[in-house]
Amino acid sequence: MKRERSRYRLVLGTAALVVSLAVGSALAAHVQERKAGAVGKGRTASAEEKQFAVPKPPFTPGIFPCSDCHKEMKPNPTRRELKDEHTNIVLNHAQGQRWCLDCHDTSNRDKLRLVNGEKIGFDESFRLCGQCHGDKYRDWKVGVHGKRTGMWDGEKQYLLCVHCHNPHDPRFKPLQPMPPPTRPENIK
Amino acid sequence: MSNQESRDNPAFRMSRRKMMKGVAAVLGALALPEKDAPASVWESFFQRHFREMSKPELEKVLARLEKEYSETYKKAVKVRATPPIEGVLYGYGLDLSRCIGCRRCVYGCVQENNQTRDPQIHWIRVLQLNKERGVDLEEAEQYYNPSKVPEKGHFYMPVQCHQCENPPCTKVCPVQATWKERDGIVVVDYNWCIGCRYCMAACPYGARHFNWKKPGLPAAEMNPETHFLGNRPRPVGVVEKCTFCIQRVRNTPGRYTACVEACPVGARKFGNLLDPESEIRYIIENKRVFILKEDLNTRPKFYYFYAT
Repeated sequence: MKRERSRYRLVLGTAALVVSLAVGSALAAHVQERKAGAVGKGRTASAEEKQFAVPKPPFTPGIFPCSDCHKEMKPNPTRRELKDEHTNIVLNHAQGQRWCLDCHDTSNRDKLRLVNGEKIGFDESFRLCGQCHGDKYRDWKVGVHGKRTGMWDGEKQYLLCVHCHNPHDPRFKPLQPMPPPTRPENIK
Repeated sequence: MSNQESRDNPAFRMSRRKMMKGVAAVLGALALPEKDAPASVWESFFQRHFREMSKPELEKVLARLEKEYSETYKKAVKVRATPPIEGVLYGYGLDLSRCIGCRRCVYGCVQENNQTRDPQIHWIRVLQLNKERGVDLEEAEQYYNPSKVPEKGHFYMPVQCHQCENPPCTKVCPVQATWKERDGIVVVDYNWCIGCRYCMAACPYGARHFNWKKPGLPAAEMNPETHFLGNRPRPVGVVEKCTFCIQRVRNTPGRYTACVEACPVGARKFGNLLDPESEIRYIIENKRVFILKEDLNTRPKFYYFYAT
C-alpha cells in the first residue's frame, strides 16, 4: 500500500516537472519571439534616414538644373539683396538671420547645404527643413504632419515640405472657404 | 320606405364585425404592391435585414440594386458589401491647430458619398469657434462665410459621425436598422430604416441627417463605387451619416477617406487603432488629445488633437 502510494507520488511529481518545463520553455520562446519581432518592426530610430519616396520637387519650369547658368558665374558670397536675377523671390523666412547662400550651396547651386556642411539634393530638402523644424520633421516621418494620400495600411505617399510650403515664404495665405450649408429654413 | 323595408335591405343585414373584416382585407390588399409591378418591387418589399440575409440572398439584392442604380444614373454602378477586415478598428484624428475652416472636406465627402445636392445634405459640419472662449458649442457658428479663412481670433472644428464605441444612436433604433460593425463603423441599413429619426435625437454630435425629400443626385456627379451600408444612393425617408468612407477603407489595401485626402493643410489623420505603428496611435500617444462631449461616455473614435 505504502509502496504504491509512493510510486504514485513519484509518477505525478515527474509528470508535473515535465509539464512545467514544457510550458516554461514555450513561454520563454514566445517572449523572445515578441522581443525580436518588436525590434525588427520598430520605428526608424537610427541616425541614417530611410529613403522617402517623394514626387519631384515643384520647380518653376526651366529653373533646374541651376548649374546651367551658375557653372560659368563666379559665386559672390556677400550677403545682399539680389538685383539682377531671382528678384521675384522675396525671402520671408528667417530673413533677419539668413540669406540665400545659407541654404543653397555656394559652389554647387544644384545642391542644398546643411548646417554641418553636408550637401544634399533637392529631393531630400526635408532634411534641411528638419534642422530647425525638428518637431514637424519627426511628425512628417511618421505621417502625422502634412497632407495624407495613399493607403492607410500600405504605402504612404510622402510629399516634400516644399510641395505645400513655399520655402522662401512658407506661411499659408488665407483662402476663400467653400460655401456654407443651406439653413434648414431655406431648404424647400 | 318604411323602417322595416329599409332594415330588410341586404346592405343593412351586414353585421359590424363582418364589415370591419371586409375593410381590413381591402386595406391589406391595397398595402401590397400592384399585381403587375416589376419583380424588383416585390423583392425589395420582402427584403430582409442586412444581418439576417444569407450570402446568396445578399448577392441577389446587390445585383438588383446595381441594376436599378445603373439604369437610374446611366453608368455602371457597383454595390459591394465588403465585410470588415479582421484586427482593424478605425480611428480618426483631427488637428485643431491646422484646420482653417475651408470646407474642402465637406464637399469632398459630398462628392465621394453621393449625398443629395438638392435638398442639401452635408455629413461634415465645420464649426467656427472663438479662441477666447475655447470649445463652447453654444457659441459655435456653422454658417460662417467670410471672404478668407481662417479668420483672426477663431479656430475651426469639423464634426461628423464619431463612430462611437458606445453609440447612443444604435441603442434607440426601434427596428435595429443601425448597428456598430466589428471594425467600429456605425452603419445604417437604408432598406430597413423606417425614418423615425429617433437616432438623430439621440446623437449628441448632430451627426445624422435625414432625407426629407427624394434625393437630388445628378447622374454626372454620382460616384459609381458604392457600398451597401455606405454611399449607395439613398431613398427618401431614411437617415444617413458619415461611414468613414466604408467603400474605401475596407478595401485591401485600404484607401484613406475622402475627407482626409481633400484636406489641403493635412489636418485630418486616419488609421487603425489596433496597429501600434499607425499615425493615429502615434497621435494618441504623443499629442494633446481632446474628445468632444467626453462626459457623455459615448467613447468616440474621433480624436481632436493639437499637433504643436
